[in-house]
Amino acid sequence: MTIGLGHYLFVAAVLFTFGVLGIFLNRKNVIVILMCVELMLLAVNINLVAFSVFQGNVVGQVFAMLVLTVAAAEAAIGLAILVVYFRNRGTIEVEDISAMKG
Amino acid sequence: MPIGLESWTLARPEIFLAAVTALLLVYGVLRGEESTRFVAAATTVALLVTALLIFIPYRQGTAFASLFVVDRLTGTMKALTLVGAAIAIPMSQSYFERVKVWRFEYPLLVALSSLGMMLMISANDLMSLYVGLELQSLALYVIAAFQRDSVRSTEAGIKYFVLGSVASGMLLFGASLIYGFCGGTAFVQISRALLDGKAGELGTVIGLVFVVAGLAFKIAAVPFHMWTPDVYEGAPTPVTAFFAISPKIAALSLTVSVLMGPFKPLFAEWQQIIIVVSVLSMALGAFAALRQPNIKRLMAYSSISNVGYILLGVASGTEKGIQAMVFYLVIYTVMTLGTFAIILLMKRRDVMVENVSDLAGLGRTQPMMAFAMMILMFSLAGIPPLAGFWAKLYIFMAAIEAQLFWPAVLGVLASVVASYYYLRIVRAMYFDEPAEGLDRMTFGVNRAVAIAAALLVAVFSLAPQPLSLAAAAAAKGLFP
Repeated sequence: MTIGLGHYLFVAAVLFTFGVLGIFLNRKNVIVILMCVELMLLAVNINLVAFSVFQGNVVGQVFAMLVLTVAAAEAAIGLAILVVYFRNRGTIEVEDISAMKG
Repeated sequence: MPIGLESWTLARPEIFLAAVTALLLVYGVLRGEESTRFVAAATTVALLVTALLIFIPYRQGTAFASLFVVDRLTGTMKALTLVGAAIAIPMSQSYFERVKVWRFEYPLLVALSSLGMMLMISANDLMSLYVGLELQSLALYVIAAFQRDSVRSTEAGIKYFVLGSVASGMLLFGASLIYGFCGGTAFVQISRALLDGKAGELGTVIGLVFVVAGLAFKIAAVPFHMWTPDVYEGAPTPVTAFFAISPKIAALSLTVSVLMGPFKPLFAEWQQIIIVVSVLSMALGAFAALRQPNIKRLMAYSSISNVGYILLGVASGTEKGIQAMVFYLVIYTVMTLGTFAIILLMKRRDVMVENVSDLAGLGRTQPMMAFAMMILMFSLAGIPPLAGFWAKLYIFMAAIEAQLFWPAVLGVLASVVASYYYLRIVRAMYFDEPAEGLDRMTFGVNRAVAIAAALLVAVFSLAPQPLSLAAAAAAKGLFP
């Protein structure tokens, strides 16, 4: 069996779904949410690179580079905000993030 | 592919803002805390100069191998965003000084996010769209959590960050599918591929849905609005004011340029989605705000319903619709700036308060500010002859001309419901007994902004022509 474009897209779609589900079902820890965001972005990268290879045009790979860079910046900022929050509350449990409701 | 001089001249406003921000950042780091006042003033001036650079001298075209486009619509939207950001900086000073975080990073982050917004508005390729969107969002996440010793501010930062990244992820997933099925990321390539028969393919439609969902998150339209009330309530008030203006304008402009540009061939598909989103936003914005005691939260729902009205103009897909959208955005900016300026002045015994009931009796203790607030609230409710009425009228006229009768009728009904909570504020000011009056609202930037906004809104009916013509000229940018 040869591995075609469809297989790559399927893997990416599954990873992306895990990422989204992880964010909405996760009730424990905010770090897990950061990991899930990362998973979503990596699924997108698989898509982009697979499309790029199968179409023989390089745009997708350039796009994937940009996504990687931005994902790193995003993780840095997310962790920074998390540290600031932890200093205030002493916890990063998802359920505790509820000072505002209504 | 060499990049000609033409590209650099077209992107001159962005380059100027980026260079000034970088220089001020270095200056701020070297001088430390005492530089804040200068950096804030310089950033405000730089933002205004950037807005001028867009129009003097005005040039249009595409730049950087068509990654970047400049026309009347993008120019107008950028100018509006920049002016909103420039006014938001001086408005923040007194609040941040009070909570002791008046630091030079704040104006610089506002400038960086404005730069991202300019890039978003001018995006002509999925890649520049993504980079612009992220430059904007990353700066906004930080300023939401800027009051870093406050639980509510940092919590708003976390919520905004998590949901904002999910939105970016969805948008990006959609973008990757569009790239795969259309064979390119440039807007022209996408629209050409769609016209050549790619429009019917499942991949492109799924991609479109993901992109629209990601954009709906960014403009806070129902059903992707859940972050808005929490972030608006938790973020420091001046940051909330900024959030309600510039990012909203930029994201709406981006939505329009994506939907009316590359996805124009899929008009029938996205029109349905946008109509549903628009009607739901108007309805939820109206009903959810009815019982809100917190005025910042109330303004969050108000902004959701305003986005609903603007999307109705977008859904009509006509030149009239886009004209109505630009017109609405300008008036919305003025009303929102004025309202938040008054919220920033609400203090009791030198402590900031933010409940509707705190306004009780303001009509007797401070008649001038109460009158300004009343005009702004009447205008937001859409009562003639104030500016807000004309904004809604234009939107509904455009919708009716595009045969969208039901959405227009539902919109009018939602606006009747919404007027209840705007009038509730007026009732509190004029008819409720105050438990203890608010502090005298001090003279300063906020008072000036509030009074200027109320005046503009009040006398708008005398000369609606210039704004209407400017909006028409901007809409021409999309329909050459």
